[in-house]
Amino acid sequence: MYGRKVKLRFLFIILILTTLILSVFLVLKSLEENVVYFQSPSEIKELSELDKKKIRVGGMVKKRSIFITSNEVKFIITDFKNEINVTYSGAIPNLFEEGKGVVAEGFLKDRNFFSATKILAKHDENYMPPEVEEALGNK
Amino acid sequence: MLLSVIGHYSLILGLCLSLLIIFLSIKNFKNSEYLNTKILFSSFFQLILVSLSFLCLVFSFVFSDFSNETVFNNSHTTKPLFYKISGTWGNHEGSLLLWLLVLTLFIFLFLIKTKKQPVKYKILTLLFQQIIIIGFFIFLIQTSNPFNYLYPIPDEGLGLNPILQDPALAIHPPILYLGYVGSSIIFSSALAATCLNMISKKWASHIKKWVLISWVFLTLGIMLGSIWAYYELGWGGFWFWDPVENVSLMPWLALTTLLHCILVLEKKQILTSWVIILSISTFTLSMCGTFLVRSGILNSVHTFANDPGRGLFILVFLFSLILISLFVFFFFHKSTQNELNNFSWLSKETSIIINNWFMMYFLSVVLIGTVYPIFLDVLSSQKISVGPPFYHKLIVPFLIPFLLAMAIGPKLKWVKSNLDDKFSMILLLIISVLISFFILKIFEANFLINTILISSATYLFFITFRDFFIRKFNNIAQNIAHFGFSLLILSILFNSLFSSEIITNLKIGETFDDSKTKIFFKSIKQKEEKNFKSIVANFNIENSKGIIETLSPELRIYNQPNIVTSEADIKTTMMSDKFIVINVVQNQDYFNIRYQVKPFMLWIWLSVLLISFGGLLSLFKKNYE
Repeated sequence: MYGRKVKLRFLFIILILTTLILSVFLVLKSLEENVVYFQSPSEIKELSELDKKKIRVGGMVKKRSIFITSNEVKFIITDFKNEINVTYSGAIPNLFEEGKGVVAEGFLKDRNFFSATKILAKHDENYMPPEVEEALGNK
Repeated sequence: MLLSVIGHYSLILGLCLSLLIIFLSIKNFKNSEYLNTKILFSSFFQLILVSLSFLCLVFSFVFSDFSNETVFNNSHTTKPLFYKISGTWGNHEGSLLLWLLVLTLFIFLFLIKTKKQPVKYKILTLLFQQIIIIGFFIFLIQTSNPFNYLYPIPDEGLGLNPILQDPALAIHPPILYLGYVGSSIIFSSALAATCLNMISKKWASHIKKWVLISWVFLTLGIMLGSIWAYYELGWGGFWFWDPVENVSLMPWLALTTLLHCILVLEKKQILTSWVIILSISTFTLSMCGTFLVRSGILNSVHTFANDPGRGLFILVFLFSLILISLFVFFFFHKSTQNELNNFSWLSKETSIIINNWFMMYFLSVVLIGTVYPIFLDVLSSQKISVGPPFYHKLIVPFLIPFLLAMAIGPKLKWVKSNLDDKFSMILLLIISVLISFFILKIFEANFLINTILISSATYLFFITFRDFFIRKFNNIAQNIAHFGFSLLILSILFNSLFSSEIITNLKIGETFDDSKTKIFFKSIKQKEEKNFKSIVANFNIENSKGIIETLSPELRIYNQPNIVTSEADIKTTMMSDKFIVINVVQNQDYFNIRYQVKPFMLWIWLSVLLISFGGLLSLFKKNYE
């Protein structure tokens, strides 16, 4: 009925389509699972329910709020309207300082406590992560 | 002052020359028996002008001429000479000037090195390349002039960001740019060849050299950046799926795919459209890289200066280039009819095409992961980030068929073939499965997917290793590159499986002890250097076997700009790296300590070197197979 060439081409197109659909599906699914949202302390205060997923919190490290023990660092992130307590046990980046911008990644324990798994390093003394700038911009 | 004037005007003259070259080449194109020597001469002169401009900037940095805004922003008198020079391309303006320099250098080399191709083709390539060059000239002069004046002249500059003051990062941009910009030649000549309908075996073997050159440089450039991130950023790893890393990986994936397609095209007149699309996308992705890194859209370590005007310019420029190339592709390209004739499932070209699909899949995963957050931000101003789990989940499982196809593919012949030594290949497969099973059993890291992954990587390792003896020097370049790739995957796998990490806070004199490792914080010493103060800490680290090792990481407090950086101390051996980095938080007695044991780190770098060596070898080899 059809030539060998047409059949082959037909098979080829079907193969490509299935692969495409499959990979798009995989990518979207994985994206949904692994995306990390950024929130400011004020946004967290307004949350109706707590997310179990990993999030990022950004703002300023409150002055005189850093407290270090042998296995933990505690500090407060503020956006000058609301603040949130952070506990963290991990490597501290160079530019983590009081009164400077910070982004912490981790999980919310409740609306006031955040357990960080990572603090992001920024490598310029004048640099402010755009998210933090925006979070502070609403003050 | 004088240097800035010379530099600035040579840039403007260079732009004028571009217009002249375009005018000359259009005239030459109409009666094209031979290449007009005026064209050659003007593009040589253009190269000289851009080099002159670049040298002016270098010397402004060397002499700390702070009347120049770029120098003021990025240099300081106390900086060592080496970093004054490397500071030239450590900033936005200088690095773009370097782009331009490499662009003009490559087109000149292309003109004198290409002898056997038709004159029309050379002229057309030059024309397309000049469009890109003009774009960069205007971009430099308009939005990011490296020779802006400052008045009154400041006494002292702001200094180069200390994390950029590093030997690996000093040579990382030039090498990476050689790779990026090399793809511009591929782009221009692919378009030229499409216009003249001469995408053929002959063209493939001519352009292959350029593909190889940019591929080798791109590979090395990415590796240097990765080495730098490993020891300078103190994140304790070599790849973080940071957007900036991703944008360099994307052109690499496209270029690697192109490299393999060119080989197919060289043998058989197939995949012509595919080769053109890949050539276009490689360069577009390189441009995207520059755009995303330099426009400040990406939230990353490289974004120091943000200027939306620049971003807009590159975006418009990029889209016009894409439009031009799409226009050329759809109007001039006639696909050859015999594409699917004598096509067999078990042949070298099939396996290359299959691997192409995987590469394209990897590329789209990286692309989506990098671009999706930007889109979401623009559309709904929701800030998100896509972390490593996303990439690992989507890429790692597909490495298995990818590696297997890589092992079997080169064994097949062109057109149609049967596997010759089925027996020994199956035997090797069984051996690799057993070996990886036992390795994972011994180290108690038994995961199904890891076993399969390591098996397929070991399989590729054995097959390519065996080929060194069986095939002797037949196609040794490909063999070395594939062997290097198997080593790379193996080292990365073992590295990620068997790395261990301790993070703790210690005061001086304290000891951390978790029964396997003892970390004793012995002392600190202060030193005063020319442009920074340093605190060197001494640690004694005792492992479970009682072997004590001393490591001395360092903290540097730079005076201009006032930044603290951590210098990791790394003890490298063949089998593993011991990595320690410290940090201090202001007004606190505690030091933050991160200690890692990372197996096979050295092998990751070595295998990448091996891969690029394979590419280099193939460049110097006259006849393939």
